[in-house]
Amino acid sequence: MTERPDMHEILGRLLGPADPEVGCDTCFEELDRYVELEVAGENADAAIPGLAAHLQGCPACHEEHESLLAFVRGE
Amino acid sequence: MQLPARERPIATAAGLDPESEAWLRDLRSDRTPGADARVRLHALLLRAARFEVSRRRSGHPYLGAEELEEIANEAADDALMSILRKLDEFRGLSRFTTWAYKFALYEAAVKMRQRAWRGRQVPLEPESWERFASTSLGLEADVEQRELLASIKTAISESLTPHQRRVLVALALDGVPIDVLAERLSTTRGALYKTLHDARVKLRRELEDQL
Repeated sequence: MTERPDMHEILGRLLGPADPEVGCDTCFEELDRYVELEVAGENADAAIPGLAAHLQGCPACHEEHESLLAFVRGE
Repeated sequence: MQLPARERPIATAAGLDPESEAWLRDLRSDRTPGADARVRLHALLLRAARFEVSRRRSGHPYLGAEELEEIANEAADDALMSILRKLDEFRGLSRFTTWAYKFALYEAAVKMRQRAWRGRQVPLEPESWERFASTSLGLEADVEQRELLASIKTAISESLTPHQRRVLVALALDGVPIDVLAERLSTTRGALYKTLHDARVKLRRELEDQL
């Protein structure tokens, strides 16, 4: 039996984040700084506007953010 | 809205921490310290690449230990090349190693995604959306959601360009990884995401009364 797609998730994937966002290139440029701010408990979203929205809209960048955060935290 | 470059935070010159400074100094050396630093950096990148490969291995049961190790090594090699090429772009806004790790994690992630789609056809035909819309509209959803989805269907058909439609359907509905689609369409992740973003903005504009 095929798993039913969740309607809320489908709408999210189609419409993306409502807030202004940076693109993938800027996300990659800023990701290391963003992660270090997060690890330090600082307000990464305020320091780098638009990155959190991009991570919400781009699954690939979202995965890479999760990985870098986990790797740096595990060091 | 995608933030234009001029509205992004401007990098300021930051004082480097001693460890990052040492990495830059050694990597820029043409003599023994340079070669040693490249070997040490490769070892760090390999550790990061193995971490990423390991996180993703459950999604690739057909890949053996040897093949996973090969992917990790290739990712570390490619990351090292990128880092050496972009050394002057390091702004000192994070530790050098954090900056370097992201290259290894990125390379490993891209290689694993591409491996998963090797030999698979990327659905790019417009019928894909038609099939999806008719199936989804039959799902258990409240009336409001069903109306919204029907409006999205109309907006996708009437407001998007054929390229925007193909990209939106492939990335947002068919779950094609953006790197895989970029490779198949001979473009970049950044350019594809811009297309996706523009398509989403159009949809939101068309649907503003319902959102």
